[in-house]
Amino acid sequence: MPKLTIDGTEIEVEAGVTILQAAETIGIEIPRFCYHERLAVAGNCRMCLVEVEKMPKPVASCAMPVGEGMVVHTNNANVRKARQGVMEFLLINHPLDCPICDQGGECDLQDQAMTYGGDRSRYQEEKRAVEDKDYGPLIQTWMTRCIQCTRCIRFISEIAGTPVLGGLGRSEHLEIGRYVGAAVSSELSGNLIDLCPVGALTNKPASYTYRAWELKKTESVDAMDALGSAIRVDTRGNEVVRILPRVNDDINEEWLSDRSRFAIDGLKRQRLDRAYVRKDGKLAATSWSDAFAAIAGKVKGVAGSKIAAIAGDQTDVETMQALKDLLIALGSGNMDCRQDGAKLALGNRAGYLFNSTIAGIEEADALLIIGSNPRVEAPVLNARIRKRWLKGGFKAAVIGPKTDLTFQHDWLGDQASILAAIVAGTHPFAEVLKNANKPAIILGQGALAREDGAAILALAGKLAEASGVIKDGWNGFNVLHTAASRVGGLDVGFVPQAGGKDTAGIIAGAASGDISVVFLAGADEVDMKGFGNAFVVYLGTHGDAGAHRADVVLPTAAYTEKSATYVNTEGRVQRTRLAIFPPGEAKEDWKVIRALSDALDKPLAFDTVKQLRERMIASNSVFAGEGVVKAAAWTGVGTEGALSDTPLASAIDNFYMVDPISRASKTMAECTAEFGGGCGCNSKKKTGTHG
Amino acid sequence: MAFLDRTARAFLLTELVQGLALTFRYMFKPAVTTNYPYEKIPMSPRFRGEHALRRYANGEERCISCKLCEAICPAQAITIEGEVRPDGSRRARRYDLDMTKCIYCGLCQEACPVDAIVEGPNFEFATETRAELMYNKQKLLANGDRWEAELAMRIAADAPYR
Repeated sequence: MPKLTIDGTEIEVEAGVTILQAAETIGIEIPRFCYHERLAVAGNCRMCLVEVEKMPKPVASCAMPVGEGMVVHTNNANVRKARQGVMEFLLINHPLDCPICDQGGECDLQDQAMTYGGDRSRYQEEKRAVEDKDYGPLIQTWMTRCIQCTRCIRFISEIAGTPVLGGLGRSEHLEIGRYVGAAVSSELSGNLIDLCPVGALTNKPASYTYRAWELKKTESVDAMDALGSAIRVDTRGNEVVRILPRVNDDINEEWLSDRSRFAIDGLKRQRLDRAYVRKDGKLAATSWSDAFAAIAGKVKGVAGSKIAAIAGDQTDVETMQALKDLLIALGSGNMDCRQDGAKLALGNRAGYLFNSTIAGIEEADALLIIGSNPRVEAPVLNARIRKRWLKGGFKAAVIGPKTDLTFQHDWLGDQASILAAIVAGTHPFAEVLKNANKPAIILGQGALAREDGAAILALAGKLAEASGVIKDGWNGFNVLHTAASRVGGLDVGFVPQAGGKDTAGIIAGAASGDISVVFLAGADEVDMKGFGNAFVVYLGTHGDAGAHRADVVLPTAAYTEKSATYVNTEGRVQRTRLAIFPPGEAKEDWKVIRALSDALDKPLAFDTVKQLRERMIASNSVFAGEGVVKAAAWTGVGTEGALSDTPLASAIDNFYMVDPISRASKTMAECTAEFGGGCGCNSKKKTGTHG
Repeated sequence: MAFLDRTARAFLLTELVQGLALTFRYMFKPAVTTNYPYEKIPMSPRFRGEHALRRYANGEERCISCKLCEAICPAQAITIEGEVRPDGSRRARRYDLDMTKCIYCGLCQEACPVDAIVEGPNFEFATETRAELMYNKQKLLANGDRWEAELAMRIAADAPYR
């Protein structure tokens, strides 16, 4: 533990820490452009120069490890002069276009030029101009503004694991660009915009529409995938302008997937802003009371067992609790939150959670991924796994789709029988799992949402018990969900009640006439043709598949428009915050259900969201702890059965279009056209080397 | 003595005479009032009157929708919405100025990096209805076109002091 003095304060820090990090521990911030705490040290911007006594020249503090007895000055006249020199050089070729630059107002270079910049330039020669590059529909490039900090290169090769950017040329001719034929098709590419300290990479869909200082910032939680990343929703008026990640080391560190970040224009398109009732085969706009009257006319007098409900992938827990209470009041047990029919372990919380936690993946030393492609299902988690792999001593294998996961792994095949072989101990990977200290399994929805899902779940559970995946102090049995609502739905018990039907049963019942009324709470991914002559009530945000089939459409709020509870794949209870108001006459989902219960003469026992949340806590105590993961006790999962020989696939085939919001998004449609389904399946455009 | 002095002045009406003498003197001096609206007084090139949005000599509008005027406006009279114009340049889709809120402080023209929004010499823009004082971009650009010769002259006259 070396001791050193920084600006007169003596501190003791761990060996190997840099001067910049040591200074941060005592609250001294050293200006920097290229240094980023989650990226490798580059030391090329020279803005972090400090003076160390007995050293002949100022040193770059981001790259200089602390030494015993160092005396460091971070802000004396010499240091300031050195930084002013660096700043003058940086500004030589930086254009003075701050007024039209989208980074203006939140630009590191602008801020630091206020401290270290001169009021005039001594540079008389010609300025450098750099041709803009095409980085696809998400990132706008302004390469003349680039100060060559190389943060983007380091992010895309280290964190995202898709090395497509590089520096070409030397000295004044150095340009950042794509390698020939490569597209910036990482699922995490939006983070380049946050990392860029200047306006060289900016948000293309939101170009020129906002200024950093006029946005209202609401801290919220993402509901586009099951990770529940921490986000900040920036709004202007009643419009979401952009979504940025917040730092949350337990989940997303400071990254965010492109769908979560850029699908927001889908919040403005195809929105349901008033109630509709189907008349003569066409949906006709109507009032809330008429819509409720139409539902009451159908539901009253129908036996409870003929009523059913299916919850969608972005439905919040409050809604599912309210809908469950309503259905039970109507005498029905037909409800399911698993619209894909995934055979998840009911009642056994450890059987459907990501037990090791997302941060816990960094402790694992062996990993078996079954029926999942984490790169498209949860890109931020995939970056975690890659981070773990980069540390070394990590073996991974995949049974499922063969893709580039950005970390080295053995592809064992896509047959479920391989899993059976590992369980039986006849497959070599069984040894790897057994010999590992903290082995982990990731079970994807692609493996569970099929006929033999229960059997695969049982095998995975058996493997977990047999090979030390579950032991004292470590539970590496991880179910990776793709729907933000799924864990919440299972926790609140939005599953078939005694004698009730599940999703497949509801659809079959509707087709045969056993079910005559179906409530769809944002469920758009079920087979709409299967509902036969049933009366379908759709509560949702977008005019998607559900609304097209529905007989009554009730408009509700999207995740940015309400304060709602979601439980992420780890079992972490989190709340979104209201950033904007729902459009038109749309209301929060649970309020719609509460009002509907009055129309059906079965008034529910809550009037406020507080009472509803108390009701949730009464039904499951996990909802009492916000933001924490409670370890769940392990009991057996699944039921053994025959395995089918259908290849295991990912639950998501197009990363950019998964839910009603992203399907309505123009940006996501452009990404699909440009990048295909994501996952490094590079642009469909052919390059010169393609025959 | 002071009492006697004061009483004597009061009885001799000296103050009244002095005052009337001043009045009388002014009868022979040039008049300071002007016969508005037929006559107008000289005006500083810095006079802050009605706003205008200027154009470049080639007809291109100057405003680049940087929103610095909107940010600095102490009365929050300015509303701007930006967009990417089809040619890729940054322009304001909407530039609204509420003249009933404006306090004519001139900070908008100080903030403007391209001399687009300026306060011109015109102060005679009274209207019959309130609604007419809600200026939009079209109105402001029309003002600019009408006053451009004078606006350019005023900016040139003030340039040495900036």
